[in-house]
Amino acid sequence: MDQSDKIVVQGVCYTYQDAPDAALCGVDLSVHAGEFLAVLGHNGSGKSTLAKLMNALYVPTEGHIWVVGMDTRNDALVYDIRQHAGMVFQNPDNQLVATVVEEDVAFGMENIGVPPAQMRIRVDEALRAVNMQDFRTAAPHMLSGGQKQRVAIAGVLAMQPDVIILDESTAMLDPAGRREVLQTVRRLQREKGITIVWITHYMDEAAQADRVIVMNEGRIALSGTPREVFPQVERLRELRLDVPPMTELAHDLAAAGVPVRADVLTVEEMVEEVCRLSSKT
Amino acid sequence: MSIVIENLTHTYMPGSPFQATAIHGVSLTIRDGEFIGLIGHTGSGKSTLIQHLNGLLRPSSGRVLIDGKDLFAKDTDKREARRKVGLVFQYPENQLFEETVAADIAFGPKNLGLSPEEVDARVRDACAQVRLDYDTFKDRSVFELSGGQMRRAAIAGVLAMQPQTLILDEPCAGLDPRGRDEILGLVRELHQTRGTTVVMVSHSMDDVAALVGRVIVMNRGQVAMDGTPREVFRQGEALRAMGLDVPEAARLAARLREKGFDVPQDAYLHGELLEAVKRIVGGAHA
Repeated sequence: MDQSDKIVVQGVCYTYQDAPDAALCGVDLSVHAGEFLAVLGHNGSGKSTLAKLMNALYVPTEGHIWVVGMDTRNDALVYDIRQHAGMVFQNPDNQLVATVVEEDVAFGMENIGVPPAQMRIRVDEALRAVNMQDFRTAAPHMLSGGQKQRVAIAGVLAMQPDVIILDESTAMLDPAGRREVLQTVRRLQREKGITIVWITHYMDEAAQADRVIVMNEGRIALSGTPREVFPQVERLRELRLDVPPMTELAHDLAAAGVPVRADVLTVEEMVEEVCRLSSKT
Repeated sequence: MSIVIENLTHTYMPGSPFQATAIHGVSLTIRDGEFIGLIGHTGSGKSTLIQHLNGLLRPSSGRVLIDGKDLFAKDTDKREARRKVGLVFQYPENQLFEETVAADIAFGPKNLGLSPEEVDARVRDACAQVRLDYDTFKDRSVFELSGGQMRRAAIAGVLAMQPQTLILDEPCAGLDPRGRDEILGLVRELHQTRGTTVVMVSHSMDDVAALVGRVIVMNRGQVAMDGTPREVFRQGEALRAMGLDVPEAARLAARLREKGFDVPQDAYLHGELLEAVKRIVGGAHA
């Protein structure tokens, strides 16, 4: 085990109570310090189960998970673990509890007894980090979905976590909301070195990650950089996933005999490829 | 069946400190057999608009005419309008409440006062339309279904009312790619084989691009654009300014044109870009 890995999953199986089959089995995974890891997989593939195991909401049926060196099987460490690995969920309306934005951000800290003066500083910092400082005294229900999710992220951030796990946190947002949440999280990773575990159905979001894992039937089916994973178009389709539109276009162009790079992910890369290929004589 | 919206304005909580005008002076005609994509950022007025189409909300001013009849005139039977216009809310599975799948789907038709035989026939038909095998699922608890199955069962409950117009508010939200394809496939089939008029609210420009014949864009409570996907998706800048986006293929088309390549101005489909790029690159290789 690399000491610097933030989360280490070793031989983990998890079976829900009364379920005939394991939701997760034989999973080995290390989440490296400061990386942005995207987790893909169809509904029921085990990705949310994996997220909840990383947050000590569930304890493995078999195997071990260490979060910043702490074994999630140790009951006494549960609150420490959740402080170090904060979680943001799908529905923004289900995770804000206070009637004022800054009180919501302070909620977690109140529960762990952070001194009030310190709390004030952390709330302000967290709201600045997600660019919501102007909404400090707003009522959460008056915010847009993207703004609510940023407040939820600020609440996690105020706990000064090493890792933030986001479980389909953009699924209920409009395109602008999705962009603002993803940009916020990427900035936190870049500027504060926070490790990100990003669970999503959106391939364009996963394409921005450092590393992608694809879950299928409770196991890790594919793992690698987006450039390694996404060109495997047929395999991804077997796993019931989409392919980023530009990667799909590259795949279809290659099938038509155009010598295009297979690992194109974005519109800009496709533009470059077309320029390169069209200038050939 | 046609729906005409005339100069519709809706103000929530008028006269209170929370007064907010959600839609303002909207006029639209939804023609028989259309497949419309309704897009707009959160808070743009989409949900307020669609709740007027079957009389769940009463206009603050303006009118909604269903087949020429004012939905809110005194002599209009609103139940009749609600039967003709089926509304599938966001996350409709949250509204499943009966003990079994069949009982849940039967709830609406039963309240129409139909005979047990007719109710049963409607439930079977609705199950078939959403691809839930009747014999397999009829006695299951709704809580034993997967997310995608629950969503389909909930849609079946609306289809069992045999609406002529079906309005869906983000029917694919929260589903994985396969679940999404299943829902979109059944909506497309309903439109094609039964001629049902469909209005689909969506945040996915790719889903809209692939399916609809007409796109209506809401912004700040008004209709900002109304046209074919081709007419709407060529306006990438304006859409982005409204917090929306265009399909990636349309973005590629725009970027390639900026670089001086010959790509049709209004291309937005995968196949069109595939052909365009093949032509550009092929020309260089020839």
